[in-house]
Amino acid sequence: MVFPQRTTAARAPRTDGLRHAAGGRGTRSGPWPVVVLSVLIAAFSLLPLAYVVVMTGNAGWDTIEKLVFRPRVGELLLNTVGLVVVTVPICVVLGVAGAWLVERTRLRGHRVWSVLLAAPLAIPAFVNSYAWVSEVPSLGGLFGGVLISTLSYFPLVYIPVAAVLSRMDPALEQSGSSLGLGPWKVFFRVVLPQLRLATAGGALLVSLHLLAEYGAFAMIQFDTFTTAIYDQFRSTFNGAAANMLASVLVLFCLLLLLGESKTRGNARYARVGSGVQANPPRLAMGWLEIPGQVGLAALTALALGVPLFHVFRWLILGGPAIWTGSDLANALLQTLGYGLAGALATTVLAFPLAFLVIRHPGPVTKLLEGANYISSSMPGIVVALALVTITIHNVPAVYQTAVVLVAAYALLFMPRALVNLRAGLAQAPKELDEAAQALGKPPLVAFLRVTLRLTAPAAAGGAALVFLGIVNELTATLLLAPNGTNTLATEFWSLSSEINYTGAAPYALLMIVLSAPMTYLLFAQSKKAAGQ
Amino acid sequence: MKTWFNKTAISRTALTAIAGVSVFALAACGGSTTPAASEGAQGSATDAITVYNAQHQELTQAWVDAFTKETGIKVTLRNGDDSELSNQIIAEGAKSPADVFLTENSPAMTQVENAGLFTGIDAKIQSQVPAEYRPSTNKWTGIAARSTVFAYNKTKLTEAQLPKSIMDLADPAWKGKWAASPSGADFQAIVSAMLEIKGQDATLAWLKAMKENSKAYKGNSTAMKAVNAGEVDGAVIYHYYWFGDQAKTGENSKNVALHYFKNQDPGAFVSISGGGVLASSKHQASAEKFLEFITGKAGQTILQTGTSFEYPVASDVAANAKLVPLKDLDAPKVDAAKLNSQKVTDLMTEAGLL
Repeated sequence: MVFPQRTTAARAPRTDGLRHAAGGRGTRSGPWPVVVLSVLIAAFSLLPLAYVVVMTGNAGWDTIEKLVFRPRVGELLLNTVGLVVVTVPICVVLGVAGAWLVERTRLRGHRVWSVLLAAPLAIPAFVNSYAWVSEVPSLGGLFGGVLISTLSYFPLVYIPVAAVLSRMDPALEQSGSSLGLGPWKVFFRVVLPQLRLATAGGALLVSLHLLAEYGAFAMIQFDTFTTAIYDQFRSTFNGAAANMLASVLVLFCLLLLLGESKTRGNARYARVGSGVQANPPRLAMGWLEIPGQVGLAALTALALGVPLFHVFRWLILGGPAIWTGSDLANALLQTLGYGLAGALATTVLAFPLAFLVIRHPGPVTKLLEGANYISSSMPGIVVALALVTITIHNVPAVYQTAVVLVAAYALLFMPRALVNLRAGLAQAPKELDEAAQALGKPPLVAFLRVTLRLTAPAAAGGAALVFLGIVNELTATLLLAPNGTNTLATEFWSLSSEINYTGAAPYALLMIVLSAPMTYLLFAQSKKAAGQ
Repeated sequence: MKTWFNKTAISRTALTAIAGVSVFALAACGGSTTPAASEGAQGSATDAITVYNAQHQELTQAWVDAFTKETGIKVTLRNGDDSELSNQIIAEGAKSPADVFLTENSPAMTQVENAGLFTGIDAKIQSQVPAEYRPSTNKWTGIAARSTVFAYNKTKLTEAQLPKSIMDLADPAWKGKWAASPSGADFQAIVSAMLEIKGQDATLAWLKAMKENSKAYKGNSTAMKAVNAGEVDGAVIYHYYWFGDQAKTGENSKNVALHYFKNQDPGAFVSISGGGVLASSKHQASAEKFLEFITGKAGQTILQTGTSFEYPVASDVAANAKLVPLKDLDAPKVDAAKLNSQKVTDLMTEAGLL
């Protein structure tokens, strides 16, 4: 998640200063067990990439040429690029405008709106798709894809931007005003540039979700690389064509990651110096109150109203009968179990890396950290394909066990835990740790008693985000789960693809119910991480 | 800022809860992968079998429930698509956890057969299933059948406008007017029959025309729903999607009628659903018993009276009275053992459908 990165930057000067006093940054590579662990974790997270590269290499140039340079790939490229190019700017505009309205204006009910704008994150994109197909049966194509993904993903921009806006130093804006800039000019020339980090990060997350999404687009007959890879997989398992499509997709992801790091630039956004910061002022809305209210109401109606209305409509149409299946309780338990196990495993695995990144920064740690972003930028289907093939041939004992599935979740969602932990660690001064050691506690005990406790809220935020990801995950679960596994997502998918919309409704409702508290925790956590 | 609760406390509590429950959950997940002890009267844990199931979940579940009730043998299902599971079995090879493989169509069965992974079916099963619903090799058996149809929107097409042959859909006059679900094994089975009857060149030409003319949906149900809503005039699907919907609310098929191509047209292809026992199975006896059960009187009667509306093919059980009798469909004669799924996906990839 991106909002904590902002915080990291904001806190950096203070820790940097102290670190310089303590003998410069990056002089030690860190405790060796942590380094070894981090290297192992990074190597593990590169498995899917290695798999795709090896398979592509094995295919030979002739096959690559035949399978990559064909009209179908052009079609998929056009759809996928179109989707990203249209959706991301819309999400940015909606996210920034929404955040500004609820954080910086005297709009009536801004507290309620501020929660409602984050809430769509609790509705899985494919549940959204299901509701919209019920509303507009002919929905499809690029328009359908943009509509569904905008409504599902704009909170990924809104949440970090709102967090930054709510704690941004008003002194800069005041200087702008005193120099004669009007409110609009202040917004565009002072406020907006400050949001660059949060916005670029949110936009990157939206684009990665767009590349990886399967269920939402499959339901509305909109083909992207990911849906096409899944089609190929269903026909040929790990055929050359599926791997070629996957390599094109991986290239795409790398380009996006590169683009984001360029957008982020090297500018400093941190407030230098100590002192108490005033609460940002709220602007009076005047005649803009009405369009503001109407706009937020419309967005909420589309993003929350439509899905909730149709889920409940199908629930009512289905009557009590749809609740009697024993699969429902089973799927709920399995989803909870995997969600919690995955969240825990991922957070624990992310810890050594986060520790190195914050306490022992340097080129090597940066590289180790980057490894994790690569596999999470690949869609579930690609990661799952790699794990299926690797486990069948090399470690058959764990094939189709919970271990592999949890490993896949860790691969897919590690960065979510990592960036949150990183922010939490950055806020836990290592001097406190050192003080505890000076008072006679062994290093490990000092670490556990001081740093780990201070990091707990950030870890919870990261774990919540991972949990959300797992509840909504479809393709990796379908491929890797042990025999007899039914999660809410897989059951919902199999019922809704048989157009048994009433039968699917309870699963949709339960997914939303499970996701809602996590979304709230996340929202509250992001505000706090941003210093509120 | 004051709030009505302490966020830090909430986060901490959440973390503790997450940690606690996860340990429990991990243990639970780990435990569930080992076969559960059987509670059946006659069966024991060592009899329990794993079925890789590409047949409709509801139908297989009904079979499994009746079978477990009768024999006490527990059955674990792994659900998936025909080709997805067949390819998976081939990749797993001798290490496959599967005992039985059930499909909706034949090409995936042939693929596993060609990989030499089936053990073959015994005389008892052969005596239950007529030869025309078994591959000539007897490496596996038919368990049910389904007929290809052209499902069309009654308000948009008259009977006179219907295609005479499935091959007619390649005509530019049909551009934008018909649909199918090319990524599914159902449709790929129909293409494999076309490949067997008409040969590679004609099939590839037809597929290329299809890429131009047709709309692709994910799933036959969705394609039928599109026909019903008037998004397309017709769709190539199997017959029972219509009967299934009619038996429920009819909501997705009220404007839809079925056109049977007959005349031994490739579009009149009757696809055989298959079942086979894997040579690598460590529970051969139980696996065989399961296949014997579903091709026996009881299993086939579940087909006849259930809501799947597929055709029974064994033990002289007649089709549901609502269906056009199997004998009247005038289907082309194709040996199921000759259907080639690999070639079909290659051709479909070449045509840009996959």
